[in-house]
Amino acid sequence: MRLRRSMLFVPGSNTSMVCNAFVYKPDTVMFDLEDSVAISEKDSARLMVFHALQHFTYADVETAVRVNPLESPYGLLDLEAVIRAGVDIVRLPKTDTVDDVLDMQNAIEKIEKEIGSKKETKLLAAIESALGVVNAVDIARCSKRLMGIALGAEDFVRDLRTQRTKEGLELSAARSHILLAARAAKINAFDSVFSDVKDKEGFIREVTYIKGLGFDGKSLVNPNQISTLHSIYAPTKQEIEWALEVIEASEHAKKHGLGVISIDGKMVDAPIIARAKSVIELAKASGVMGDDEDE
Amino acid sequence: MSEKKVYKKFIKDIQEEQRSEKICQSIEEAIKKSGLKDGMTISFHHAFRGGDKVLNLVMDIIAKMGFKDLTLASSSLASVHDELITHIKNKVVTNIYTSGLRSALGEAISYGLLDKPVQIHSHGGRVHLLQSGELQIDVAFIGVPSIDRFGNASGYKGRSRCGSLGYAMSDAQYAKYVIALSESLEPYPNMPASISQDQVDSIVLVEEVGDPSKIGEGATRMTTNPKELLLARRTARVIEHSGLFKNGYSLQTGTGGASLATTIFLSERMEEKNIKASFGLGGITGTMVYMLKRGLIDKLLDVQSFDEFAAKSLGENPNHIEISANEYANPSSKGAAIKQLDVVVLSALEIDINFNVNVITGSKGLLRGASGGHSDTAAEAKLAIIVAPLTRGRIPTVRSRVNAIVTPGESVDVYVSDQGIAVHPRNVELKKRLIKAGLTIVDIEDLHKRAIAICGQPQKIKHTDKVVAQIRYRDGSVIDEIKQLVK
Repeated sequence: MRLRRSMLFVPGSNTSMVCNAFVYKPDTVMFDLEDSVAISEKDSARLMVFHALQHFTYADVETAVRVNPLESPYGLLDLEAVIRAGVDIVRLPKTDTVDDVLDMQNAIEKIEKEIGSKKETKLLAAIESALGVVNAVDIARCSKRLMGIALGAEDFVRDLRTQRTKEGLELSAARSHILLAARAAKINAFDSVFSDVKDKEGFIREVTYIKGLGFDGKSLVNPNQISTLHSIYAPTKQEIEWALEVIEASEHAKKHGLGVISIDGKMVDAPIIARAKSVIELAKASGVMGDDEDE
Repeated sequence: MSEKKVYKKFIKDIQEEQRSEKICQSIEEAIKKSGLKDGMTISFHHAFRGGDKVLNLVMDIIAKMGFKDLTLASSSLASVHDELITHIKNKVVTNIYTSGLRSALGEAISYGLLDKPVQIHSHGGRVHLLQSGELQIDVAFIGVPSIDRFGNASGYKGRSRCGSLGYAMSDAQYAKYVIALSESLEPYPNMPASISQDQVDSIVLVEEVGDPSKIGEGATRMTTNPKELLLARRTARVIEHSGLFKNGYSLQTGTGGASLATTIFLSERMEEKNIKASFGLGGITGTMVYMLKRGLIDKLLDVQSFDEFAAKSLGENPNHIEISANEYANPSSKGAAIKQLDVVVLSALEIDINFNVNVITGSKGLLRGASGGHSDTAAEAKLAIIVAPLTRGRIPTVRSRVNAIVTPGESVDVYVSDQGIAVHPRNVELKKRLIKAGLTIVDIEDLHKRAIAICGQPQKIKHTDKVVAQIRYRDGSVIDEIKQLVK
């Protein structure tokens, strides 16, 4: 199971961030070549990200790049650079329709073929409009390269003719819809950024909420948000104890050829065992099992 | 048997003016009274930090009075003291003892401004030099925020409140003649006093001894820098799992973002685990004061107050106690507080694969730091943690050999970087503990290789054979020498 709780946005033109982002150990580093990069810096940012993707410091972290739209003068140039540099995921900006995904898929396939790459670059579609949300179910199922869909809230609320609030009522329909679409297609679902980096309590509230909804993770704008997010996603002590008990009981049952088992009078079947295993994996990745750092 | 003096009758006639006779009308008058001569040694202290007004004021007058060939012993020097360059050029000052050197003065000395090498000492080592007799202060100029007519001086009140006068206290103890400069005359007795009436020879009232806005400048701020926060979180975890993190432990941290944030993260863990520290030591910051107020720490032993919160607390809280540099860190003191210290968190400009630390020269080899209490605390604390990012910009912090050793690797226990934690090989148990706690421990050689792989091998610093600075270890020995840079 690959954890994708934290997806750290790194403006491709920010040298210091591009050089340092890996030290914060987000689950995915997402270099941005689109909105956070000024027109005058599109080329230099692309070159910098091209080098960063190939640098050994990014060898152990999943990388994604948000490229410019294909219809812009920069989209294809971005794609040429990042595919050649071996990026793991291409994030499509503003995905409204299935065709947006397929166009990107075709463009990527063409480049991969040209360079003889065996790697299958994954796609992540950012849904940032009402049309995108309505089409989310089809979008989520349209490409085997698609590893997830993400809500881009800022553009979305503009499209809805409302504004973002800390409570997030304006996003509730979109969040639910995107989550359902992702789960139906068995891909990841990511929540939008929380941009007020000073409001730690608001961030905690929002992460707790979207975790409760079922989101795999969230895009982040500041490295300081990573440890908070990971600790919210980390299983509690009780959850870990429960999971260990389930796994132990299931192994015991397997060893002795027993069928269905029960713990405290509750039946333990395959989905519960699977959930217990994922709790333990998450616990290990979160550092609460003592196998890694909680950062 | 020696001849005993025969009692002589005298006429009792005490005049009120006599009770103020220590007060001189000018600095010149006080200097004349002190008997200062060419070739002698004068001292200053650095409690006013970047806001010091005393050193430049006094040195100007000394220069005008025509003195030459003086040894200047300041407990440290800040960028505000760049005016010394002129006095060095004019041979007013020909020798310097200090803990730190920075900015234009540090640069000029790095390129050979002084003929004799600057003696860089630690805070504890300075008192050792005073005791051993190598450093004999003929006249100490001690700026103080408040004083009475008889010389009782303190730092916790007055316009230029600086808090602890710990370094000045040791200078006053050993100097042959003490001139106290202040801007505020309090009624006698201005007690409790840090510098006592029986240590002060002359008093001069000046317009200002310090710039209050710069005395506590930039020390207390909770960083938002992600890398500093990452380092702090990691450092707090090292302390938490070191085996020393229990009721009654003791702690010293410095200034700077990572250090302050470490204190905050530790406070959170202390509250959760119901752990109280017995004392906090050294340069005291607002975050330490916060811990004292929250009841997380019993006592603060303050040799230097790093910010206005610390200076204020020193005057108000009976558990915030001023100590002298001798009580703080002198290795040959009958009792230096560092010998009771459990944990110290320190920074580094460079650290090498043998854990030697440089806090005095920057990446270009320029003098731009201070020895401070670094080597003192590292040697005596049970756990000395060095915290520094693996790279700064395109400069590797971890080197095969540091440019200048201030603190020998023998006294360092752990190096915390943003890209891994290295434990000194002698700490086998500690390493096991930290690994068990889930921290990633790596060899410092691997961190070095990684730093070089990221930054490339830095160019060698070019220097001549002339020694521009000698780094004195706390026992007075020369631990390293810094050579003149080639322009």
